[in-house]
Amino acid sequence: MLPWLGFELRVALRFLREGRMQTLLIIVGVAAGVAVVAYISALISGLQGSTLTKTLGAQAHITLRALDDAVTPARQPDGSLTLTETQPRVQRLRSVANWQALLPLLEQMDAIAAVSPMVSGSGLALRGEATQAIALMGVELDRYDRIVGLRSKVVSGTARLDPGEAILGRDLAADLGVRVGDRVTLQTTVGGRSVSDAVRVTALVDLGVRDLNRRTVIVPLRAAQSLLGLPGGATVLDMTLKDVWTASELAQELRQRYPYKVESWQENNAQLVSALNAQSVSTALIRGVVMVVVVLGIASVLVVSVVQKRREIGILRAMGATRGQVLRIFLLQGAVVGAIGSALGIVLAVVLIWLFTHFVRGSDGLPLFSITLPLATALKVAGIATVCGVLAAIAPARRAAAMDPAQAIRL
Amino acid sequence: MSASDLLIELDNVRKSYNMGQPNEAEVLHGLDLNVARGDFMALIGPSGSGKSTLLNIVGLLERMNSGRYVLQGEEVQALDDGGLTLRRRSTLGFVFQFHHLLPAFSAVENVTLPVLMAEGRISSRHEQHARELLAAVGLSRAMDKRPSELSGGMQQRVAIARALVMNPALVLADEPTGNLDTASSDEVFALLRSIHAERGTSFIVVTHDPRLAARCDRTVELVDGRIARDEVKKA
Repeated sequence: MLPWLGFELRVALRFLREGRMQTLLIIVGVAAGVAVVAYISALISGLQGSTLTKTLGAQAHITLRALDDAVTPARQPDGSLTLTETQPRVQRLRSVANWQALLPLLEQMDAIAAVSPMVSGSGLALRGEATQAIALMGVELDRYDRIVGLRSKVVSGTARLDPGEAILGRDLAADLGVRVGDRVTLQTTVGGRSVSDAVRVTALVDLGVRDLNRRTVIVPLRAAQSLLGLPGGATVLDMTLKDVWTASELAQELRQRYPYKVESWQENNAQLVSALNAQSVSTALIRGVVMVVVVLGIASVLVVSVVQKRREIGILRAMGATRGQVLRIFLLQGAVVGAIGSALGIVLAVVLIWLFTHFVRGSDGLPLFSITLPLATALKVAGIATVCGVLAAIAPARRAAAMDPAQAIRL
Repeated sequence: MSASDLLIELDNVRKSYNMGQPNEAEVLHGLDLNVARGDFMALIGPSGSGKSTLLNIVGLLERMNSGRYVLQGEEVQALDDGGLTLRRRSTLGFVFQFHHLLPAFSAVENVTLPVLMAEGRISSRHEQHARELLAAVGLSRAMDKRPSELSGGMQQRVAIARALVMNPALVLADEPTGNLDTASSDEVFALLRSIHAERGTSFIVVTHDPRLAARCDRTVELVDGRIARDEVKKA
């Protein structure tokens, strides 16, 4: 034990032990507060993580496309009328210029984990008399797998994209009555001319969104280039980042650096981002209010303790305790109550998380989403609560230290 | 009496409460008092005469408004709170009427508290010293008991042992027997006298009991904040 805290710590612990019921109540209060904060942090973090995984599981963090075609009025001679309203141009399918040169540059950037070129467009899938509108995507399987984890989404067959092969969304296959190994005809229109190709289905995938499962057909990049009339082209470069939250800044940087249309997942999912932000703000508010309640709880108990122990404080001062020593006795009481309450609160939070994981299940019988309490979060919450305990003790401790010993003894 | 024999010199000490307010009251009116090393002094007087105020000023628990206070050759009126606290810790011991032990600590822990606050830890030597003091005041069998398990007289003995643990030059006792029955009162007073005889510690004992005052070497009577009588018993 540190010599300079031996006296203070011993008196602080005895004072806490003496007021057993008060101490117990406030420790339970701190534990409840810490448990709520830790549990809500873990819950919201799990919920947001799950939402993000589901949302970003089927899309890139950043997409890079060719700039939209825009009407640019010809320069008019002075005195002529300028038309301010123009008819927007029809956006045709266009390739990202020089994408083959751009791809390695993007791959070299530290923040980017993977880049995948894609040719995408619309078309039809035909089988017998059935016809379905499709979103045709041409990719290099290994690269695309690193963007959306395609192989992990396979529900039937084996993900493979050799020439003449395709991967279909699960619901589209059901609509067409197709199974793995069956053939499907893909049809597109290029410059008013119909182009078609027959492909064999190697796998069915569940992309997590029913609409995508109904429309998605994934074929090799070259096949899509032929079907969509973009030989050697790529309509979009998909990127996955090491940290999803850097997408906006990186997209902005890429926009400034290159003449392309660059969009982050946040821009493409603005409502989701707003909802997540609102959730984070609400969580922070709840945590703040709970911590304020904890601080007030500790402070009120210590204020009462100071009043109850006036005589003891007076006698300690008469015996030679300095104001600083009296101050530290009460600060230590706040710290001890905060630390013990934090430890119990973290245990309680772990129990709550276990209960949630084991008893709250979705309609499929599986846990809604995974919740864990990382050690760093637990230590952070416990540390903050302990600091709050010390902060709560400041006012009562100052009051105790300022006490006039002669008056305190007389009372 | 030479200056080195003097433990305390008070010159023209004045103390008022509620200063600057309509109910301002001066309790001590220019009081002069010297206490020599080895004095065993009774401080008597009617209620409201200023005994406790004088004891608090001598004990560095209250500040006087004017005057001069020399403790062991050092003027203390200009010291800050920290300075007064350290001198209180090293020079003075207190025994109060209501014992004022800390209920959460055992008898021996109460006695070692001043050591703990001074040193930050209690060595086995300190604990041995505390146990010897408790044995000397007749509490060999009650050392590890809490105050609530002790009688009033026993608690006062613990308080006396605690007052002595830092070997103070002066013990200030405010009605040390005021809360005890006659038998316990006599025992406690006899104990103070024996400590004085053995250690040479100076005592100022505030008391209302003329019987006890008569057993002190010197009697100072306060009336209305002034010394009405200062009598030294002839040997």
